[in-house]
Amino acid sequence: MKILPGGVCEAGTTRINKTGGWRTFKPVYDYEKCIKCKLCELLCPDSSINPRDDGFFEFDYDFCKGCGICANECPKDAIDMVLEEK
Amino acid sequence: MAPENKIDKEKMVVVEGSYAVAHATKVCRPNVISAYPITPQTHIVEDLSQFMADGEIPNCEYINVESEFSALSALVGASAAGARCYSATTSQGLELMHEVLFNISGMRLPVVMTIANRAVSAPISIWNDHQDAISQRDTGWLQLYAENTQEISDMTAQAFKISEDKDILMPSMVCMDGFILSHVYEPIVLLEQDLTDEFLPAFEPEHVLDPKNPMSFGAFADPNYYTEFRYLQEQAMQKSLKKIEDVANEFYDVYGRYYGGLIDEYRTDDADIIIMAMGSIIGTIKDVIDKLRDRNVKVGLLKVRSFRPFPVEAIKGALKDAKVVVVLDKNISLGLNEGALFTETKSSLYNTKLDMPIIGYMVGHGGRDIKVDLIEKIVDDAKEVIKTGITIESQFTDLKEELL
Repeated sequence: MKILPGGVCEAGTTRINKTGGWRTFKPVYDYEKCIKCKLCELLCPDSSINPRDDGFFEFDYDFCKGCGICANECPKDAIDMVLEEK
Repeated sequence: MAPENKIDKEKMVVVEGSYAVAHATKVCRPNVISAYPITPQTHIVEDLSQFMADGEIPNCEYINVESEFSALSALVGASAAGARCYSATTSQGLELMHEVLFNISGMRLPVVMTIANRAVSAPISIWNDHQDAISQRDTGWLQLYAENTQEISDMTAQAFKISEDKDILMPSMVCMDGFILSHVYEPIVLLEQDLTDEFLPAFEPEHVLDPKNPMSFGAFADPNYYTEFRYLQEQAMQKSLKKIEDVANEFYDVYGRYYGGLIDEYRTDDADIIIMAMGSIIGTIKDVIDKLRDRNVKVGLLKVRSFRPFPVEAIKGALKDAKVVVVLDKNISLGLNEGALFTETKSSLYNTKLDMPIIGYMVGHGGRDIKVDLIEKIVDDAKEVIKTGITIESQFTDLKEELL
């Protein structure tokens, strides 16, 4: 991140600040149960769930803080929060 | 040597302090004003609303809000979008703004805000002391204190120029004593539009919120970055020390009026006793000094105009020949039994060769009058300290024992 005169910085700093290192639990995704409803992608506060071309999703663990909102909201319980081994 | 103050008597008008501030704001051509009325700042907002209703402030929007928190929050967006922004508040309103004060200074938005200083609750008080602004001293806002209505009017224009400097970009609080200055009528020279346009050109922001050229204001900063942001804020504060002096001189060149830069001195040349204070009390102290000088008491005054940034070097220079320093504070740092100006003056002189006694008095809380005989008594105490060499602890003075 570059600090410009006056204390502002260039746009898109959320791509640089990787917040995935804070996680205790990580979401694990079950393709079999997924009905592609997109609720998880919509509700993820860190935009760390990205759609794939085939309608399924990818989890970007560089940015996922492990909040569990996706697992909580998934209507088919396709996402499990599991303790992350360090 | 300070330049001579030239006030054109023919241009003088008798106006209320609040009107002087509102008029000064008008001629500074703000683009967005957002303020919520609160005693004793109300008249400023009323006058500005009247100017808006009469169409006297072109290219300006007045945002009506439901609280001070919203008033300042609205200005975060407006200032980031490149507008020259103004607000005014006091006491509880300023305390309600507390969170946003940090955002504005951290985002380096040059907002200017008038504070009509008033005591804070509880117990509820609408009268003047400096506790509200002093409580916000670490928010990263410049704090300038005015002595009279002429100075508060002129300081408003100066504050815009200081804050908007490209090297500084820090917000300013322009502090006037509530009621004592805000509601008093004094003969002053109002800022002229043509001179102000010359002194204060249109605001040209370095960075603006613009979809075509995206930029992050107030970005997320993890521990890898946050320290550097704070360092840069402090650097800007240190640079503003010189800028405040420069702008005071530039103001003198255009208008012919000068009140000192960071500080102002009055009869300190050979003074043994130097009284330090801020705000409207300065006028009373000057009268006392004149009276005591007639009795050959060597006493002088150091007026602090800029409390943030704190002018350490200027104060050291002004105090170097004093035998005793008396600091009058209209505020208290609870738990330390000291006023803020006293504490900071004392810490400025630590590790220097200056080791004269410094006496701190907390006076005028909640608008209690600070009378001539009280200041004379304080000077008598200071004379005693010179004679005996025993210093006095910082203390409340003028207490009513029968209430305790």
